[in-house]
Amino acid sequence: MDSVPSTDRGGIGYLPSAAETLMKLVVTGPFGVGKTTLIRTLSEIPTLHTEEAMTQSSTGLDDTAGLPEKTTTTVAVDFGRLTVQDDLVLYMFGTPGQERFFPLWEDIARGALGALVIVDTRRLEDSFAVMDMVEEQGLPYAVAVNRFPDAPAHADEVLRKHLDLDPRTPLVQCDARERRGSIDALIALAEHALTCLPAPQESS
Amino acid sequence: MTPGPGRRLIPAYLVTGGRSAPTGPALDRLAVLLRTDSALGPETGSEQRRLCELLEPGALTVVECAAHLELPVSATVFLATDLVAAGHLHARPPIPSAGEIDRSLVERLLVGLRSLH
Ligand SMILES: Nc1nc2c(ncn2[C@@H]2O[C@H](COP(=O)(O)OP(=O)(O)OP(=O)(O)O)[C@@H](O)[C@H]2O)c(=O)[nH]1
Ligand SMILES: [Mg+2]
Repeated sequence: MDSVPSTDRGGIGYLPSAAETLMKLVVTGPFGVGKTTLIRTLSEIPTLHTEEAMTQSSTGLDDTAGLPEKTTTTVAVDFGRLTVQDDLVLYMFGTPGQERFFPLWEDIARGALGALVIVDTRRLEDSFAVMDMVEEQGLPYAVAVNRFPDAPAHADEVLRKHLDLDPRTPLVQCDARERRGSIDALIALAEHALTCLPAPQESS
Repeated sequence: MTPGPGRRLIPAYLVTGGRSAPTGPALDRLAVLLRTDSALGPETGSEQRRLCELLEPGALTVVECAAHLELPVSATVFLATDLVAAGHLHARPPIPSAGEIDRSLVERLLVGLRSLH
């Protein structure tokens, strides 16, 4: 009879009724760089995932040589949620950076605020394809260097040079397991996304 | 062209590919789904029933429903579209809809993120 929120069975994490504005961003990067870890660090709900089917022609695919025409692969897309203000909720989607997932990537990234590209200094060149993909999509992005203990530490300028970053693209170093640094990475991305939007007085 | 009143018995994800154009734009991944108070009839399929039951206590986005039901997003969109048409669910598009991010929104996001420090 009354509208007190029902008990949340199984910790589903229903949306607060004030949550009116839903935004999203994409967390991407090569295999095993810490995408899921960063989302888990920031999410207020246990991270969830969907299995998405990808059908594609096998021509040119490394791992399916010799198989006929089409293959279907499923790929897990994990995501989390962060209530930023009472009525403003941010969704973070962890999308695989491999080029063959581009159609899926594009679909998820449509309407996103921007992308956070996570890189590992032990294999910077693995990030090039992802960065190309993000640029092709025209999404504002920031680069977050996830520091692994055995990874060589480099000054920002050295990393920027190796990654061939535009001077305006933010670069932050963080530990994806730590909340504060991960929030800083999101702030860097949001600040950059703001500068990519038309200036205030340019209406109509 | 008009589908009969009967429900399909094939799992939704097997038929999404061959489906005729849905009326109206497809539901966004972040569309918010809410259960209405309309009672489910015997025509409601078991997957549709699961979706309605999940939403009984509160609202969730399409992608969260997909994850909890262990269905692909495309299949969940398909189920939800039918349930909206039948009046069992209400779907609210996310604000902003794709491509409508403006400065005030990003500024609010920044204020919020900084306060989480
Ligand atoms: N030391 C350290 N380990 C980390 C950090 N971030 C992630 N890891 C570890 O690195 C491994 C990979 O992290 P994930 O978050 O699963 O990476 P991912 O990018 O989601 O990987 P895929 O989805 O498989 O591409 C896990 O074992 C993490 O515990 C970090 O900041 N520091
Ligand atoms: Mg992952």
